[in-house]
Amino acid sequence: MSAASPTETVNPDSDNMLSEMSGQPAKPAKRGKTRKPEKTGKSEADKVCMAVRNLDFFYGDKQVLFSNTLDIAANKVTAFIGPSGCGKSTHIRTYNRMFDLYKGHHAKGEIILDGVNILDPNVPALELRHKIGMIFQKPTPFPMSIFDNIAYGLRLQSGLSRSDIEGKVEKALKGAAIWDEVKDKLNHPGTSLSGGQQQRLCIARALAVEPEVILMDEPCSALDPIATAKIEELIDELKQRFTIVIVTHNMQQAARTSDFTAFFYLGKLIEFGETEQIFTAPSIQQTEEYITGRFG
Amino acid sequence: MVQHTFKRYDDELNELKQRVLAMGGLVERAIRRAMKALNQFDVERARKVIARDKAINALEVEIDEMTSTMLALRQPAAGDLRFIITAIKIVTDLERSGDLAEGIAEAVLQSQDHPLTNLDSMNSLADAVSLQFSAALDAFARGDVDAALACVEGDKRVNKLFKGMQRETLSYMIEDPRQITSGLIAMNIGRYLERIGDHAANISEMVIYMVKGHDIRHVDHDEAERILKDGDKDDD
Repeated sequence: MSAASPTETVNPDSDNMLSEMSGQPAKPAKRGKTRKPEKTGKSEADKVCMAVRNLDFFYGDKQVLFSNTLDIAANKVTAFIGPSGCGKSTHIRTYNRMFDLYKGHHAKGEIILDGVNILDPNVPALELRHKIGMIFQKPTPFPMSIFDNIAYGLRLQSGLSRSDIEGKVEKALKGAAIWDEVKDKLNHPGTSLSGGQQQRLCIARALAVEPEVILMDEPCSALDPIATAKIEELIDELKQRFTIVIVTHNMQQAARTSDFTAFFYLGKLIEFGETEQIFTAPSIQQTEEYITGRFG
Repeated sequence: MVQHTFKRYDDELNELKQRVLAMGGLVERAIRRAMKALNQFDVERARKVIARDKAINALEVEIDEMTSTMLALRQPAAGDLRFIITAIKIVTDLERSGDLAEGIAEAVLQSQDHPLTNLDSMNSLADAVSLQFSAALDAFARGDVDAALACVEGDKRVNKLFKGMQRETLSYMIEDPRQITSGLIAMNIGRYLERIGDHAANISEMVIYMVKGHDIRHVDHDEAERILKDGDKDDD
């Protein structure tokens, strides 16, 4: 439980702006070293999108993640569950190097994406955040029109004409299953939408720059059940094109939406496996106790 | 196992287990009494067995209500989910075993005009089945995988005893055609007992699923042992 407080100090709104607005091209970085996967939970048939190896994380001197090793399967949904302060949000935020923004926060180990260790300082953070989009707990539309919310990140990419941008905005809004609800009011402020619509707008904004991976940190915790169901349905559609990693406190949500589930406790990856196995027959006693509501 | 954060859930799970065991106890008693009625030509006792099947059926309905409510309200997972699924499945086995015990009691009534003789092999079968049934319920109560696996294997002996009883009854029927009616009644009772044995084996298979999360239905004994061994290795 000791890792709880540092996670809370991160301001989600500012992180969101930075990760989603990026889009600058960058030089290819050095190829990272890879290691033979250990007990990583995925089956042989799944293509690995990201290989996390011996990931440690520190808030200054305080270590909060301990040698986390797992493979994130491509075009699948991987859910991170665990009690508050277990390190699941800290873990997911290393995937787009959010910690770069905070002095003293640092990670050790490897996260291999496209053959590159993204923790390597030579990998430009902006390029990384172009590949890995992030959605936060609280919807954070920019204070501008619905159209401009999506177009903002695209305009940062060079060489896109107005019609290119319009096409991509429509595609992103359709991809996030919100086009039909907003197509007649694209000039309205993003903030005029309902909470669930705002969250789908944020998902559309992340989709617009065509990332490989979408990270979702408690994306439905501020939404009502209907809006939550729409986001969950969307997650199911999005995994055809993207790799999705979702942090959730809602175990039913993890069970409903994910293909793989990782259970974290006190900064350690306790168990990782297919969601069906984790929720019906977990191998580790701690997982069993957490899943069945016997924890704490 | 540590208690749930929400204590009432623990109470509900305990209550469910007690109800299933109570239902199992009623069925055990019905089988024993039906066989006693048969051996003692006790028609009154047989009628009581038939009348008491209502209590078994009522428990089935009650347990079904409990489990469906728990599924809806508690959204159980992992060991709790497997326990509730096991309860749902074995309640059906218990209810059918109760019906089969009732069938034996009805056969006692039918045999009034056609008394059954040579009950030894049938009694051996009934003893074996009663032991199997009690062993399955004990395995459920204690979550004992080894006992459950032994019970699954023990069904082979029941089947062998049933076949022996069938052959013997058939010989009597061939030797003396006047015994055909009573022989057919005996065959029915034998079949009822053999089916109760099958239900005991089903219950035991579900106990293994409940404890280990492995489905060993429809596989032979060696394969079941291999599945359980591999599962234990994964847990290490």
